Amino acid sequence: MTAIDDRRGDARAGTRTPLLRARNLVQEFPARAAGGVKGGVVHAVSNVSFDIYPGETLGVVGETGSGKSTLARSVIQAPRPKSGAVEFQGRDLMTLRRRDLKQARRQMQMVYQDPFGSLNPRWRVTELVEEPLRGYGEGNADSRRRRVAELLDLVGLDPSQYGRRRPFELSGGQCQRVAIARAIALDPALVIADEAVSSLDVLIQAQVLNLFEKLRRELDLSYLFIAHDLAMVKQVSDRVAVMYLGQLAEIGPAQDIYRRPLHPYTAALLESIPRVDPVTGTAHKPTALPGEPPSPIDPPSGCRFRTRCPRSQLRCAEVDPVLEERLPGHQVACHFPLDLPDPAMPPGPAGATLAPAPVPASATDPAPTAQTS
Amino acid sequence: MSGKQRTATYPVGDSYVSEGVIAAASSGPAAPGPAGEPGEPLLVVEDLRVQFTRGGRRINAVNGLSYELLPGSMMAIIGESGSGKSVSSRALMGLLPPTATITGSVSFAGRELIGMPEREMRELRGGDIAMVFQDPARSLNPTMKIGAQVTEAIRLHSDSDRKGAHARAIELLRMVRLPAPERRFHEYPHQLSGGMRQRVMIAIALAGEPRLLIADEATTALDVTTQAQIMELLVELQQRLGMAVVMISHDLGLAASYAQDVVVMYAGRAVEHAPTATLFGNVRMPYTRALLGAIPALEREPHSLFEVTPGQPPDLSALPKGCPFRPRCPNALDRCVEMPPFREHEPEHWWACWNPVGDETGNGEQE
Repeated sequence: MTAIDDRRGDARAGTRTPLLRARNLVQEFPARAAGGVKGGVVHAVSNVSFDIYPGETLGVVGETGSGKSTLARSVIQAPRPKSGAVEFQGRDLMTLRRRDLKQARRQMQMVYQDPFGSLNPRWRVTELVEEPLRGYGEGNADSRRRRVAELLDLVGLDPSQYGRRRPFELSGGQCQRVAIARAIALDPALVIADEAVSSLDVLIQAQVLNLFEKLRRELDLSYLFIAHDLAMVKQVSDRVAVMYLGQLAEIGPAQDIYRRPLHPYTAALLESIPRVDPVTGTAHKPTALPGEPPSPIDPPSGCRFRTRCPRSQLRCAEVDPVLEERLPGHQVACHFPLDLPDPAMPPGPAGATLAPAPVPASATDPAPTAQTS
Repeated sequence: MSGKQRTATYPVGDSYVSEGVIAAASSGPAAPGPAGEPGEPLLVVEDLRVQFTRGGRRINAVNGLSYELLPGSMMAIIGESGSGKSVSSRALMGLLPPTATITGSVSFAGRELIGMPEREMRELRGGDIAMVFQDPARSLNPTMKIGAQVTEAIRLHSDSDRKGAHARAIELLRMVRLPAPERRFHEYPHQLSGGMRQRVMIAIALAGEPRLLIADEATTALDVTTQAQIMELLVELQQRLGMAVVMISHDLGLAASYAQDVVVMYAGRAVEHAPTATLFGNVRMPYTRALLGAIPALEREPHSLFEVTPGQPPDLSALPKGCPFRPRCPNALDRCVEMPPFREHEPEHWWACWNPVGDETGNGEQE
């Protein structure tokens, strides 16, 4: 922990260069309606910028359609984003030729959600793990075999027991371990995990998350960790980015995002998570955020969250909010962030207020709900 | 769960809500519904067993599940994939393929459901007992307009005419707070978002005025903000209509937040069952403990490790002798090769363990 903090401290002081630097990424797709091509553009990622420092985990949370997967794919240039800049290890990926891009991608690997879908069902485990090594012409058959055994050991699969198996002979968690072994086979600097544990059951999920953590420590990996579960992202990340409808709403240190969310959307997301304290067993009952995300084909003007935001004002429709650093290392794109008093001071129905306590209720007061009556 | 009123964090002022009624629903304990005798359970499941034969192997999906459900209450059944939580509810709805062997007893309002002739079952299903599934996109007919699907369900379970059914359908769609129900009535499922489709599924489920609603991972496919909306809706409907709800989920937080009772299943058996606050406040079953330790928690530090349970869920065609959790259990004793009975060890608190959390003993100290 401290090591990471130091690194980040350095980074802020400008003495350390980021591993990955994304600036003003934009990705758009033509929208097709049933039966043919219809006008309209899906604004999947709009003007997103972030950095990942060596050894750091950046978590990205957002709901379906928030553009978090598109963001990951834009980073690895598959497909290339419409505009913006992606600098990885000092090289601008946007302008690299195919062959150079292939070399750069060696250093950044992906792990996807569906463990079965991302492995060739006819290959054996050893072949699956060997493939990236062969693809990049690493070593000879003998050294590759040794490396495969080493990798399988590293991800907690006994090579003698699992090496000959095919994906259908493995459980979901074991498949995901194989996918992780493939991802780390080439000693990458960055691993992008896109909902990598979302399809696993909770006990297996914990095993795989711990594996990610172990590999991070042992191999000094950086992660771009994408998930819809804010609690999970918070527990594995140094910093967390919150996406809404293709834009970054907020980005900052994981603890801060949870303790002092600045964006009303982040606060609403925290409030929506049904949870139970693992120690006391107290439940935190969610409060629903009204409405649904608007269509990314025709996003609202100004702040895209304004149609659901309890603090929305006229200005939110007229002026695009830009990311602004309000706390150290903690940026938010909001005209009326939660560290300011509520702009409206709403004469709300039940006198409901949000302004004085941007901290989720459970952080300070763990037992407002769920007691036996 | 408590009867305390929650404070709304957000003022309700959205067009979405103004369509219907209701601010945040209060969460008082449900009064016994009009449908059931007070105090009499609506549903009694006793020693339910389900086996499938697949490729010559016998898969023991449910292995002696028992529970009772009071009218108008909300119970959660939680467990991982393969724990039998879905199969057991499908068994009582008569929705399993003929390859399934079902034994035991399920009594609904005094009527035995296991072995009930299909014709009678069809009347109950979608009538007194309704079900909402995980994937609203696949549960709806993509070629039929929303309104037609709701109307069809209404006409199946009542003798209302076309006009009456139309009016009732609009009423139901409004009740589930589908925005602009008159317009949505003439739309197809693909024109609706996932949350709206699930609202339509709930409207269809309500068409037969059910006394029991089974929600099988009904919010799992939805985003967390939408999930909170749908759960609020379910709680509100449960209380307003006096309907009992069985909520099947893998999400402990969801169960802890909304259910009054929780059943934890593992390998086809109930392993712990208690009122929600008792269960989570005083966990006795090591498996439940393991689940709680493995879920991500906002309170934990970044990069903190998860409590890990080794191993895999058991192979249902070759269950270990005795307690199925024994090979992974930190509390396992020699004695655990003998199946621990599922018993009410403390008032209203049932568990199946020889060496429960809180009273751990070593192997030497066994009776």
